[in-house]
Amino acid sequence: MIEIGLIVRALLRNKIGALLIALQIALTMTIMVNAIFMIQDRQSQMQRESGLDEANTFYLTNTVFGKDYNLQAEMQTDLNSIRKTPGVIDALQINAIPLSGGGWSMSLQHEPGDDKDTIGSAVYMVDDHAINTLGVELLAGTNFSAEDIEWRVDGQSTWPSKTIITKAFAEQLYPDNWETALGKTIYISQNQPMQVIGIIKTLQAPWNGWGGVERSMLVPFQMETQSSYYFIRTESGRRDELMPIIEKTLAESNKERIIRRVTTLEETRKRSYRRHNATNKILTTVVITLTLITGFGIVGLAIFSINRRTKQIGTRRAIGATKWQVMRYFLVENFLISCVGVIIGIAGAIALNMWLVKTFNLTPIGFELIAFGAVALFIVGQLAVLYPAKKAALIPPATATRTV
Amino acid sequence: MFNYYLRLARISILKHWGLSLLMILAIGLGIGATMTTVTVNYLMSANPIPHKSEQLYYVQLDSWDVNDPFDEGQNPPDQLTYTDSTNLMKAKKAFRQNVQAQAYAVIEPNDPEILPMIVNARANSADFFAMFDVPFIYGNAWSNQADDNKELVVVLNKETNEKIFGGKNSVGESIRIDGNVFQVVGVIDHWQPKPRFYDISTGAFNETEDIFVPFNLIAEEKMRMSGNTNCWKPTGDGFEAFLASECIWTQFWVELKTEQDKDDYLNFLNAYVEEQKQYGRFLRPMDNRLSTVTQWLEVQEVVADDARIMMTMSFMFLIVCLLNTVGLLLAKFLGKAPEIGLRQALGASKSTLFFQYIIEAGCIGFAGGLLGLFFAFWGLIGIETLYGDYMQNLATLDLNMMALAIAISFFATIIAGIYPTWRACKVQPSHQLKSQ
Repeated sequence: MIEIGLIVRALLRNKIGALLIALQIALTMTIMVNAIFMIQDRQSQMQRESGLDEANTFYLTNTVFGKDYNLQAEMQTDLNSIRKTPGVIDALQINAIPLSGGGWSMSLQHEPGDDKDTIGSAVYMVDDHAINTLGVELLAGTNFSAEDIEWRVDGQSTWPSKTIITKAFAEQLYPDNWETALGKTIYISQNQPMQVIGIIKTLQAPWNGWGGVERSMLVPFQMETQSSYYFIRTESGRRDELMPIIEKTLAESNKERIIRRVTTLEETRKRSYRRHNATNKILTTVVITLTLITGFGIVGLAIFSINRRTKQIGTRRAIGATKWQVMRYFLVENFLISCVGVIIGIAGAIALNMWLVKTFNLTPIGFELIAFGAVALFIVGQLAVLYPAKKAALIPPATATRTV
Repeated sequence: MFNYYLRLARISILKHWGLSLLMILAIGLGIGATMTTVTVNYLMSANPIPHKSEQLYYVQLDSWDVNDPFDEGQNPPDQLTYTDSTNLMKAKKAFRQNVQAQAYAVIEPNDPEILPMIVNARANSADFFAMFDVPFIYGNAWSNQADDNKELVVVLNKETNEKIFGGKNSVGESIRIDGNVFQVVGVIDHWQPKPRFYDISTGAFNETEDIFVPFNLIAEEKMRMSGNTNCWKPTGDGFEAFLASECIWTQFWVELKTEQDKDDYLNFLNAYVEEQKQYGRFLRPMDNRLSTVTQWLEVQEVVADDARIMMTMSFMFLIVCLLNTVGLLLAKFLGKAPEIGLRQALGASKSTLFFQYIIEAGCIGFAGGLLGLFFAFWGLIGIETLYGDYMQNLATLDLNMMALAIAISFFATIIAGIYPTWRACKVQPSHQLKSQ
């Protein structure tokens, strides 16, 4: 590359033009790297498993308004009729839906007392059908038995004596070995003992943005309440067909209540991560548009500079430069400009990331992503300059002999 | 002369149409992205009740756990216990006061043709309507006596009145809510403050409620509360025990006319907490706060981080687009060096040349700005469809923003055009003429 020195000298004669492209590349890289970083961060959050059989699950809200309504008996009738419906694997009443954004949390502790360290966990009130209905995997211990299930009235402050917790929760309680949690007693509501009788693999809390989203516990409670969810798991592929059937059966079996918000878990997941999805789409659009603008900007500028240098290029060709040498001149020129741009861009990307970390508590960016951004912009630059360079190579040597 | 330059600009723009298009598109996209994010931020941080935002105060008392502060000790709890808000209500020390909570109910219309429906309700005090300037179509707010007597009265919003009474004046009609017969005392017009400042605990841009009922009906168990409940101390059994507990679920607003009133009210709050300490409550250091509407929205961080990050990025995006334009204009104007040299030789002064080229740059900027408005319009629609509930009621292009868009793009392009124009004017006529 003997002509590097030459190219640099030529560039220095039009410093501003080259600097403008370099700056544009730098800013594009700054934005691109950080945007991709934010996209990846959201993507990984969205890929966490809820632990449920999401594709074959739906739920509905049952709200009672009748005055003399036998809540206990009617709920049992409802559940029995849902469970008996052909195509339904299992069903239960539950107080909250994973990922839905609304639910209960309680603080748990190793020892009783009001000044002990506590760990927060989401609480799901379920019966002995929970493992089967939720589709969660029991890693250790046992499920609740039918005798474990207690009735809970609104405002009740006492808790059952057994619980099943997630592995993530067990790990938080016993960091050395989560399996030792099995059979241990933990305390809820400061001083009520609960024995861990089972550990399940995964069951997410209702709040996807919560740091403890993997910590949940199942509590053997059936709720005597006016509004609760029925959670239903169907055989593979039969969910959509069963949703209206079950809604209709329930609505017609008792008119003193409203069956509403019949929702699939897939919808809930979608709604839960709607902001993530939206932001990711916008960021992707920004990255693509920005790259295109920068790319086309390079094309436009290169065409101009080639038009201005038509005569010089012709002269070079006339005194023996090959087409490839002419092309190479512009490719190398672009590469040099890109180098300056990318160096500023690396600094910019890190600076923007540091600001984001400081202001919005994002995590620091990885080195691979910066390297990726640099390579991507070199490629964009080379691709953009390819067409103008080819055109330059086609300038006939005879141009040198003509005026203008 | 101006028209002549406009004509020249048109010729020049059309001659290099590809390049001009690229510049206009780049400016348009930059402006569009910036306007979209600025509008979202502007509306998120808008003052929803400008004429009295400095007279309405949100009340916070630190009733939390002595061992484990609320919000890591940064702010006192964001709601009040039932005990405290009813005590403050009874004291009536402010010009107006309102205790409120979110609730829901089932309405059974008298007309059997209409199915029972679930509605969002707000359980609030009579002063709510006057404090927050709620517009009425029919009837009025209920009286303070209705609050005290726990009367079964209800104010409907326009849409609910439409559904149940077909939009007629329903004042005086009765309506069955959760099995009890309520009397309609008023119907309000469409009312959607943005943000919905009076209760941002479940989302700052939620819809306003369908019906409004006296707060005291919750304690009577004639209305079911919803919304956030946060407890630090175990509660006893039953609803009575819940009401008496340290759980926070009520919100308390006061209207105070002057700074003096505000100081007096804060003193009153401090005295109240001192008094409660005798009953073994409020063990934390005294931290009572009165926040104006704007302060409250700021403390609760109503402007989403996402929106702020996007705005920063879109400004950088605009800068890239402008750099692009500067570069392209520079190349374009330098390409005209022979023409400029010729004109100078024929007697054109530098200032005329400058004027001519800055007009060309301005034209491109103006076109870019218009295109940017178009993009911003679609951008806002896009944001609303993508984000759904979360950014509802935000995607409206308002006049201020439109004027701002045009102004930004015009000035941005002029600034972007200055350097290339200046360079173009520096062309040496002798040099140019010689080389031809």
